[in-house]
Amino acid sequence: MSAGNGFFSVEDLRLHFRTARGPVQAVDGVSFTLDRGRALVVVGESGCGKSSLARAILRLLPRNVHAYSGSVRLNGMDVMRLPEEQFRREIRWTRLALVPQGAMNSLNPVIRVGDQAAEPLLIHGRAGSPAAARQSVQEVFHEVGVPRDFLDRYPFELSGGMRQRVALATALVTKPDLIVLDEPTSALDVLTQAGIMNLLKTIKRETRTNFVLITHDIAAASEIADDAAVMYAGQLVETSRAEQFYREPLHPYSRALMASVPTLRAEKTLEFIPGRPPSLINPPPGCRFADRCPYRFDKCSEEPPMLKVDNRLVKCWLYR
Amino acid sequence: MSRVWSELRRYPTAVAGLAIIGLLVAISIYTVIAIPYGEAIRLWRGGEGVWSENPRNARPIWFNLLPGVELPRTITVSSQRAPRRVEAVGGGVKQVTMSLAFDFPYRTFPTELAVFFDAAYAERAPHVVLTWQPPDGSEIRLGEFTAEPHGIYRISSDQRLRQTLGGAPEIVLFSAPAAPQHPLRGRYTLTITGFLFEESAHLDARLVVYGRAHGLAGTDDQRRDLMIALLWGTPVAMAFGLLAAVGSTVSTLVIAAIGVWYGGWVDGLIQRITEVNLIVPAVPILIMIGTLYSRSLWIILSVVILLSVFAGTKTYRALFLQVKESPYIEAARSYGAGNLRIVLAYMLPRAVPVLLPQFVTLIPSFVFLEATLDIVGLGDPLLPTWGKVLDDAYRAGALFGGYYYWVLQPAALLMLSGLGFAMLGFALDRVFNPRLREL
Repeated sequence: MSAGNGFFSVEDLRLHFRTARGPVQAVDGVSFTLDRGRALVVVGESGCGKSSLARAILRLLPRNVHAYSGSVRLNGMDVMRLPEEQFRREIRWTRLALVPQGAMNSLNPVIRVGDQAAEPLLIHGRAGSPAAARQSVQEVFHEVGVPRDFLDRYPFELSGGMRQRVALATALVTKPDLIVLDEPTSALDVLTQAGIMNLLKTIKRETRTNFVLITHDIAAASEIADDAAVMYAGQLVETSRAEQFYREPLHPYSRALMASVPTLRAEKTLEFIPGRPPSLINPPPGCRFADRCPYRFDKCSEEPPMLKVDNRLVKCWLYR
Repeated sequence: MSRVWSELRRYPTAVAGLAIIGLLVAISIYTVIAIPYGEAIRLWRGGEGVWSENPRNARPIWFNLLPGVELPRTITVSSQRAPRRVEAVGGGVKQVTMSLAFDFPYRTFPTELAVFFDAAYAERAPHVVLTWQPPDGSEIRLGEFTAEPHGIYRISSDQRLRQTLGGAPEIVLFSAPAAPQHPLRGRYTLTITGFLFEESAHLDARLVVYGRAHGLAGTDDQRRDLMIALLWGTPVAMAFGLLAAVGSTVSTLVIAAIGVWYGGWVDGLIQRITEVNLIVPAVPILIMIGTLYSRSLWIILSVVILLSVFAGTKTYRALFLQVKESPYIEAARSYGAGNLRIVLAYMLPRAVPVLLPQFVTLIPSFVFLEATLDIVGLGDPLLPTWGKVLDDAYRAGALFGGYYYWVLQPAALLMLSGLGFAMLGFALDRVFNPRLREL
């Protein structure tokens, strides 16, 4: 987070959806910076806007967008300013890629996985010929541990873990600068999860690809996290180096989140956070976590700023 | 595809349907090669001129295979292969005597008798005398007249002869003296004595004893061989059905997918056009176009396609609305697939399992539509088709006259093609939509 080259940065990103009951503030003023070759883990509970953040970064907007603003800087260039067509051609997948949520369903059921993974290459004219594309796909498949003879299989013939690997290969094949992984390991068993996480770690080490890993699984994410961000009700409430974050989370929500993760050695009661996240249609003024916060005090009715606590940022009046 | 094929083979209906379709396609290919289009048109419009040696309303020859049926075939005797005697009578006049002999083995009378002359002369036409010799040895003088270059003497229509003989010539000339209601079987001879008045004059003749069975399909009231129409009806029906089905389903599919993908006013427009199209009556429009503009098969085909382009969009729209929300479509968007690629490569293939069986069962409905248009008199005026044969049969009162074959043959072909495509279509439906198997 701190000083660095700031290879990838998001500033004041907003994505609001229009619904019958009013605008939903799914992503509301998110900012973070990521240095080259690092992985950011964005954690948060369901419905806090994590997937919307992924969409906002890749500009995959549904039809009912109410507001979409802020800036997404990649190596100094604000890609938000690019027109849609140029963004599609020059940024999507060539520089920013996404492994969508539920990768198991993100493969076209009627084409072979080898052809599926070659699609980004062909669409962006990165491969000279279909044969060259197939060659690259073979290499990437090997890299992510998909056997060679799987190229000609259809998605339904693959296990969940294999499909996840194919989805990952589809993201890696164009060698983008940054890959957003939306819940890459949910719905997989722990062994497969571990396999995928190790794979990501290897890829990060070898290719210096940046990752933004969006997950609700703090424990699994710790495997590859360099930086950590906690999202709550459409906002980031804490950003920090991963090792600091895992050792000592600052924000009361982060602490509660950590306390809910089971550990093997320590004898502890799993905690849960009473109540549920506020509606994103009309979020309460002030701190959005205030209603569920055990440390709540008068100041909490005002919106807290991002406060700097040694190299870390936390959105809580406690650290004033 | 090979999987579909191996699965299809497990359904006897599919195999039978494919066999029928294969047969129809084979017939189409054979027809188009054996009887080129221009030739078919010429033959079908030819009428009496082309078909003068065919009997009218003859049954197909396979009727003779039925027990107790023995229909006389047409017998043609040409003077070129008959004994011929030439004598000079003096004054430059030659007398040519030709004996056209034939065996008549049938138990029913022929339908007509005619002599076709082939005479060549400069100024004076040859004079001919015709004599009929039944097997019993008697001799009947039929008449004498001058022979025109391509003259036809229709013995059966000679009113004078009819009066002289006291009955229809084709019956009286063949009846046995003892039992006039039965023909006398044996060797008959028609002797033609011709007087040629010029040195270079030439005379040939052909006797045609018209039977009651002709060709594999029989003939109509204009002596036309119905086989021409039955054969040519096959490629016409297949082409019309196939093109109309392809044209309407594929375009419908693409339009539905485009509407769903782009949404907004595009979708709205497509939906409104569909709704208007739903209440537009297709057949009256076709009748109007056929009456006022053109009856060309291709015009009618284009109108049929145009009218059905929007007919099915609702069904596919429902399907595509669901497909559009699939995660893999979003994934495709995220890796930069363009709109057209998403519509064509990602959405359309999902509709194939629904489309293909429907498409196959749609083909015969267009074949029937084409036949229907023929029957209401809006068929292509040139092309011989199954519907045209039915129309002719209807106009000529075929069923009233007992010419069942005239109606049944094209009807059977229509039903056969319907059956073939329907059987294949239902089997395909079960292959592509396995859940139907449980029902």
